[in-house]
Amino acid sequence: MERPEREVSSADLPSIIELSPDEARRSSSESVTATGVTRNADKLLEVRGLKTQFFTADGVIQAVDDVSFDVGYGETLGLVGESGCGKSVTALSIARLVPDPPGKIVAGQIMFDGIDLLKLSNEAMRKLRGKEIGFIFQDPLTSLNPTLTIGYQIGEAIREHMGLSSKAARDRVVELLAKVGIPRPADRLKDYPHQFSGGMRQRVMIAIALSCDPKLILADEPTTALDVTIQAQILELIQKLSHEFGTAVLLITHDLGIAAGMCDRVNVMYAGRIVETGSVDTMFENPRMPYAWGLLDSLPRIDDIRGAKLRTIEGLPPLLIAPPDACRFGPRCRYVRDICREDEPELTARPGEGHLARCWATEPGGWIS
Amino acid sequence: MATTTTVIDRRLPKPKQSAGLWSDAFGRLRKNRLALFGLVLVILFLIAGAFGPILAPWDYKVQDLQAIFANGNRPIKPLSPGHLLGTDSLGRDLLSRLLDGARISVTVAFVVQIVILSIGVPIGAVAGWFGGRLDNILMRFTDVIYAFPDLLFIILLSVAFRETAFGQALDGLFLVFVAIGLTSWVTVARLVRGQLMALKETEFVEAARAIGVSDARIVVRHLLPNGLSPIIVAITLGIPSAILAESTLAFIGVGVQPPRASWGSLIADGEKYVRGDPHLVLFPAIFIALALIGFTFLGDGLRDALDPKLKGKQ
Amino acid sequence: MDQLTATAGAAPRVRPHDTKNIVEVDDLKVYFPIRAGIFKTVKGTVKAVDDVTFEVRRGETLGLVGESGCGKSTIGRAMIRLREPTGGTVRFDGVDLTSLKSGALRKMRRRMQIIFQDPYGSLDPRMTVGSIISEPIETHHLADGEAKKERVADLLRIVGLDPNYVKRYPHEFSGGQRQRIGVARALAVEPEFIVCDEPISALDVSIQAQVLNLLTDLRDRLGLTYLFVAHDLSVVKHISDRVAVMYLGKIVEVGPPDLVYTVPGHPYTRALLSAVPVPDPVAERKRRRVILQGDVPSPVNPPPGCRFHTRCWLYERLGKPENCRTIDPPLQVLTTDHRAACHWADEALKTDVGIAHLDQSLVRHGTPDSALELLKTGKATDVTEAEVAAAAPAADTGAPLS
Repeated sequence: MERPEREVSSADLPSIIELSPDEARRSSSESVTATGVTRNADKLLEVRGLKTQFFTADGVIQAVDDVSFDVGYGETLGLVGESGCGKSVTALSIARLVPDPPGKIVAGQIMFDGIDLLKLSNEAMRKLRGKEIGFIFQDPLTSLNPTLTIGYQIGEAIREHMGLSSKAARDRVVELLAKVGIPRPADRLKDYPHQFSGGMRQRVMIAIALSCDPKLILADEPTTALDVTIQAQILELIQKLSHEFGTAVLLITHDLGIAAGMCDRVNVMYAGRIVETGSVDTMFENPRMPYAWGLLDSLPRIDDIRGAKLRTIEGLPPLLIAPPDACRFGPRCRYVRDICREDEPELTARPGEGHLARCWATEPGGWIS
Repeated sequence: MATTTTVIDRRLPKPKQSAGLWSDAFGRLRKNRLALFGLVLVILFLIAGAFGPILAPWDYKVQDLQAIFANGNRPIKPLSPGHLLGTDSLGRDLLSRLLDGARISVTVAFVVQIVILSIGVPIGAVAGWFGGRLDNILMRFTDVIYAFPDLLFIILLSVAFRETAFGQALDGLFLVFVAIGLTSWVTVARLVRGQLMALKETEFVEAARAIGVSDARIVVRHLLPNGLSPIIVAITLGIPSAILAESTLAFIGVGVQPPRASWGSLIADGEKYVRGDPHLVLFPAIFIALALIGFTFLGDGLRDALDPKLKGKQ
Repeated sequence: MDQLTATAGAAPRVRPHDTKNIVEVDDLKVYFPIRAGIFKTVKGTVKAVDDVTFEVRRGETLGLVGESGCGKSTIGRAMIRLREPTGGTVRFDGVDLTSLKSGALRKMRRRMQIIFQDPYGSLDPRMTVGSIISEPIETHHLADGEAKKERVADLLRIVGLDPNYVKRYPHEFSGGQRQRIGVARALAVEPEFIVCDEPISALDVSIQAQVLNLLTDLRDRLGLTYLFVAHDLSVVKHISDRVAVMYLGKIVEVGPPDLVYTVPGHPYTRALLSAVPVPDPVAERKRRRVILQGDVPSPVNPPPGCRFHTRCWLYERLGKPENCRTIDPPLQVLTTDHRAACHWADEALKTDVGIAHLDQSLVRHGTPDSALELLKTGKATDVTEAEVAAAAPAADTGAPLS
């Protein structure tokens, strides 16, 4: 007989309804949610002019092309876009895990807590990964080693980076497993990844990511492989823990709903560039880039009156080999004019918190007010 | 406002004039230097096998008695006039004998593969397509064959049938082909079964079934073309082991009957002279090695070129 | 149609055929044996679909939604007999598919088709687009020679692809384009009924909308009936006339989306709705997720009584009533056409659990009104009407671009 496991829920709340994590964060820590333009000292991660390219037989793919953004301490920043827009490559570049060959970071600066990551030796970078920067990937099954126990895999980073005794490390593993809501954590140390369900494996991944109290977590589509109810649990857990530990999160997702619920600020990426950035409320209330409009328009919504036809974005994103000096979204844009075809717009300010967009039409004096 | 559904989506990778999957694969193979090197060796091997007797300076049976006497009844060294690679102790030209041996090796290589295919493919296909109990029975049978010691089986077979017409056919080679084939079809059977099992579950086969395509047509149109490339690779990589098996057998005296000699029996004959005349062992060994290297490189290259997982990733 | 109350262990009974229905499914069971050991003996049974009764009405789109492993794809395949049902009947236009011999079944396949999820796995990589689309035409002897070529070109045009692509191979196309090829293949036999098995979940957001629009377009133009299987509740809501929610091999709620999404009668439906992220930070802040205890139980040993009771919030809230543990609730009529399989549906309906954050009254979009105004007046771009007209023919003949 299989007995459904009772989950030690992330918070043993008396009611069946949990406090929305967003609310929890907002109420208990005002300072963390402060976003927008702030002093440099507040920035945990500063990416400047990042260019990552892939050298293939067909040509040089400019996967990430001159991308700059910041992540504040304790902040959750969303990188949103469709496949091939460069969001995952951006995260890999920050972790210096771009497969080389064919990939290479050709230009830019990545300042992490005052350290220039691109100048670090491989050894120093290896020490930083897992300790200062944690990772949560899309597929927990392939990111865990099937031949090692869960206890060993979580303990690995702790022993490596924190220099704890094996007894202390074990205690910490049990504590972490309890934190991520794994029932009977002490009994499960000797279990292997296949003995956990998909959602539980992702919890283990989160425990590994958090094992050394990192300052930043890179979460690349952390819930894409999961069912919607499990997804909700995992996202809540990430949000709750990042708040509890004051960890900043760089959340990469294609799902605008997830970005709306999780992030303080959102960057929209298209064809290797950031095309719009701003606080989550500004971005969803008053997006200023036709690509963002198109994304929102093409999304069927659960709270929408049905029947209306979706307004789609026609065509496909451009190939990133030798992109022209023009708006990259231009060929698919319904509002394209000559200037868009002749010159690429810069990321310029729009009204609203830290709101920037790359679009001629919505610039002051443009043809869309 | 045109709706998207009527707009023709025309962004495709550059229309390189529609290369089929096979020509794509050949294109990839051409870029692989090792595979090309292998291909050259294989072609040389095939030429030697096909035209060996014509190319050979001597008949493989003929003894150059004059030269041997002049040399004090010892094998003639390589690079001697008339004998590029020297002779054996009986004065037979080594190059000519190697070229005749190539013919044996080529025949072994291909006939064994035909035996393997004609046993392995039907068994694997039946097991894979029908599955269930039939699959279970066939696979347990292959397990038994697999577990049986190959060499022992071949030797037993050779000894048992040596005096029969079957054992004498093709200078005793036919028996060897059959024996090697009988022990090595298992790999191909398993491969074919695995291929069919995997392909049977693919959505494109399910789509064909949903359309109402008959089973026979599904096998011929969808399963075989898609399952072919690993089989081609397996065959290419199976050839060196067949050559090696024949050489091993010849070395221990099973198979080809004198005065013909395969590369393996040349080594066996030369072994006695290895101190004074190492060329008698060295050259056959080099020929075997080159043939093996050729097929292995080509097979590896083919595997990379035909691997459908690479599709669309470049 | 209201004799649909599911049977609790009774002998399968088949209701009379209603001509309004194109497919009628009665007490459908699909079990998979679990084999293990050297002799591959049966060690257990996965009850992927267990006693499911429903119908698909002619011309409607029935959405089938649920989490992975709930049996929704198995139902879709069993309905066109790509999976052999273990029990029950599936009738297509009154004809019992489960009793058809293979020849008759193959003929029947002209009338029902399927579109798959995986745009990469569903097209034979060794065949050209032309031969993929002509295969159904040849199989059913619908056209020959020039007529066949013409038909293939037509089909490509219908799904928005350039007819010149017939000699291309699937790997040369993007995911969305491949999905269009799959649609063209399904349409080639001029079917009445199409099972769409997660047809857009492997695609990017903007491409999803394109394919979704294509499917609704075709449905309206060709009068098709769809069974739309998906895990995405928003997509199912958008395309369906009726929605059926599945949990662990059972349909737990069925009805028009306007009711299922606003007054869900089953606690599981509410839990699902509460988990869907909404692309609106304001609604997201209001969203309260319903906690489901643990993981989905194994379909090998489903819980007795109501299958959902082991994780049900309503069960806990009502103080664990006994009938949830002992009696498997049948689908009960809540209002016309809206049914839920819960003993305590009335209690569920009294709360706003799972739906409080959803404000259904607005039609939302990302494009601001000022931009929409420009589109309406045709002043969005600087391309003149004449230029648009001049460019149009090229789009139709579709000469390959460099």
